[in-house]
Amino acid sequence: MRHLSTKATCNSHGQDSSYFLGWEEYEKNPYDEVQNPKGIIQMGLAENQLSFDLLELWLEKNPEPAGFKRDGKSIFRELALFQDYHGLPAFKKALVEFMAEIRGNRVSFDPNHMVLTAGATSANETLMFCLAEPGEAFLLPTPYYPGFDRDLKWRTGVEIVPIHCTSSNDFQITETALEAAYHEAQQRNLRVKGVLVTNPSNPLGTTLSRSELNLLISFITTKGIHLISDEIYSGTVFSSPGFVSVMEVLKDRNCDETEVWDRVHIVNSLSKDLGLPGFRVGAIYSNDDMVVAAATKMSSFGLMSSQTQYLLSALLSDKKFTKNYISENQKRLKKRQNMLVMGLKRAGISCLKSNAGLFCWVNMRHLLRSDTFEAEMELWKKIVYDVRLNISPGSSCHCTEPGWFRVCFANMTEETLDLAIQRLKDFVVEHTANGHSKSNNSSKNSKRKLLPKWVLRLSSRDRDHEPDER
Amino acid sequence: MAIEIEQPSVGLSKVAVSETHGEDSPYFAGWKAYDENPYDELTNPSGVIQMGLAENQVSFDLLEAFLETHSEASSWGKGASGFRENALFQDYHGLLSFRKAMASFMEQIRGGRAKFDPERVVLTAGATAANELLTFILADPGDALLVPTPYYPGFDRDLRWRTGVKIVPIHCDSSNNFQITPQALEAAYSEAEAMNIKVRGVLITNPSNPLGATIQRSVLEEIFDFVTRKNIHLVSDEIYSGSVFSSSEFISIAEILEARQNKNSERVHIVYSLSKDLGLPGFRVGTIYSYNDEVVTTARRMSSFTLISSQTQHLLASMLSNKEFTENYIKTNRERLRKRYNMIIEGLRSAGIECLKGNAGLFCWMNLSPLLEKPTREGELALWNSMLHEVKLNISPGSSCHCSEPGWFRVCFANMSEQTLEVALKRIHNFMEKRERDRNLKVI
Repeated sequence: MRHLSTKATCNSHGQDSSYFLGWEEYEKNPYDEVQNPKGIIQMGLAENQLSFDLLELWLEKNPEPAGFKRDGKSIFRELALFQDYHGLPAFKKALVEFMAEIRGNRVSFDPNHMVLTAGATSANETLMFCLAEPGEAFLLPTPYYPGFDRDLKWRTGVEIVPIHCTSSNDFQITETALEAAYHEAQQRNLRVKGVLVTNPSNPLGTTLSRSELNLLISFITTKGIHLISDEIYSGTVFSSPGFVSVMEVLKDRNCDETEVWDRVHIVNSLSKDLGLPGFRVGAIYSNDDMVVAAATKMSSFGLMSSQTQYLLSALLSDKKFTKNYISENQKRLKKRQNMLVMGLKRAGISCLKSNAGLFCWVNMRHLLRSDTFEAEMELWKKIVYDVRLNISPGSSCHCTEPGWFRVCFANMTEETLDLAIQRLKDFVVEHTANGHSKSNNSSKNSKRKLLPKWVLRLSSRDRDHEPDER
Repeated sequence: MAIEIEQPSVGLSKVAVSETHGEDSPYFAGWKAYDENPYDELTNPSGVIQMGLAENQVSFDLLEAFLETHSEASSWGKGASGFRENALFQDYHGLLSFRKAMASFMEQIRGGRAKFDPERVVLTAGATAANELLTFILADPGDALLVPTPYYPGFDRDLRWRTGVKIVPIHCDSSNNFQITPQALEAAYSEAEAMNIKVRGVLITNPSNPLGATIQRSVLEEIFDFVTRKNIHLVSDEIYSGSVFSSSEFISIAEILEARQNKNSERVHIVYSLSKDLGLPGFRVGTIYSYNDEVVTTARRMSSFTLISSQTQHLLASMLSNKEFTENYIKTNRERLRKRYNMIIEGLRSAGIECLKGNAGLFCWMNLSPLLEKPTREGELALWNSMLHEVKLNISPGSSCHCSEPGWFRVCFANMSEQTLEVALKRIHNFMEKRERDRNLKVI
């Protein structure tokens, strides 16, 4: 049998990485409050499940769009036949307005510069096809979303060269790191076509600062390359310093109509902000007409269902709904994040200070046997199999420092999050007591050994929560 | 004033600026003329009638009736879990209930003569995506797929543009009703070899677009034997399988395989879609059905780039798992298409125009070669221009389908009302009469 293409048989889909292995273990033994209370709690899935009630309420009050009706009349036929890759005008209009609203209306977007795709996964790949040849490279700051290894590289043949960021400055992008990455690419004989950043960042949960954005714009201007800003988490920013889109900074620098203006492209989606990953809503926004033209044609390979475009055009056109949703969703995310951060703190675990996202970037370096990725894997396996929490190890995100983990908080109930925190607390106590971590020989620790677990639990209970019966 | 672009724009890939997307062909130019002056019974009765769009608009009432009586298909029921579960569902395996419904629907279309396993159904956002995806999986850049001519113009983009794969044509002609012959297959293979191009597979469309005819059993057997001998793949695009006017006339490659106990079947992959049979191109519903485990696994992973909206999967799972609905739909749709086909054939015949004998699809393959000034591609395009600007009908010239014989045109009949089809036929009648008169005048 003639075998398959190189693309089919190579490993660039990345499906054998630990990111996916954790999911597999979860699938075998998933936590359920009633049916499987000892199962693995999924904390590796960046889903937003906090605000579905707001959507469900809207659907109840507005049954027409889902029923293919407009003003009492059926438009089923019209929608069923609508496969124009320019997208449903009403939906694009509503989407650009929603994007602007999330950015505090400090910038506006033109629907004619937006291309709809079946999810951000498709948008990112399409941009690679448009901007780079096989063998060329994009620079990405680490740590980054593990899916990029597949989305940006697999079928496109494009390479990723990391921009190394470290905890020494809270993982911010520096000029030195940018230059070093560019240099590394040159050493590897790779032509750099652009930089891709995720803002807010996955897995960090932080927004890029104005100075980082300015740095990036200066860098791409000097090098004459592109900048892709994946802003799919823009609606999840819940506290200061607030979200600054790259478009705002370009505007402030009076870059409209200059060359660099045409080389900045934004990727958007409703999977995170609205919690609708199943509906496959992605978009590319570019100021370059040729990119828009090419991406529009390419979107033929991944169009959004017209049924879904219509439903969401109605939802997002309801400004009363969007205003309330955006602010309420942010409030709930803030509360949840705080719950996780405080809970971890009581277990002696710190997180990177974050203001966005559906996850925290958790520092467990002090729990490593040694400052190595082997030790990180060892710890991760314990957490998956013994503590029964599926979290994402930093190595799967290409982090250069071992010991960091991404922990999601918005894809479960409060009760489940409580339980997860408790399990982690117990683990840390045991782990430390049993001499597994580096900092083990203090007298404080040996004293802890003498106290029964339940005492230790009581001494660190959060004032706001009921006693833990589990 | 158009701006000449002399070299690739700074910073875009070759793929982005290439013309392999094919959108500058007459196939698309006709659409443009239509968009600028579209026919409307009331508001623009002398506008261009669109006969270049292979859409199925004859059976919407059946779909609408189903939706009226099955509101659960387009809503999520009472209680919290329905909507959120559906909204969160992004598993690239696809909704099991939908895959089951799809497999069962495909079986029904084939009169139960072939079985489909839901575990082998991979979902994609349309057949456009399915064909591209399969090409990525089965061939490397620079390799080739053999495709019989005439073929769907979109293949030039779908199979070649981003994949870098080539199409080498298997030439078919009217001497035997455009059927694929073993000689033509061998000739195409040799042509590729001579150019040092590695052939990875054969891609057929059955029923054929643009011919509007099913491939005969004996020809399918020959094709399958050919790919087995050459040890290459066979992709069978069966998106028009539900539009065969008479159920017994469609033989799917799946039936050929089952008759041979699935021996050598791991080289076969079927593409299907609901765009033509159900008239739902906007919903983006395509599938790959592969007999090869590795292809299924890889295709599934790749489908991440082109998933079907879970909202749509939910709707169609409900519709297609209703056997009463699907049986009635398939039967009624078939009958209506046959009626339309007969109408257009009769209408054309009375105007002195013959078509290829067809038995499927949403179009007929019309022979206007007797009308050509010159039996060349230019002659054909001149005639096409007349049809577009004088007769005001947008039809597809055979050259855009890579037909090796000039003078053939694809004419769609299912994307309009019966009244509009009558108007179109009248215009053709008048056009032919006028031509006859002009010819007679010249003779005198």
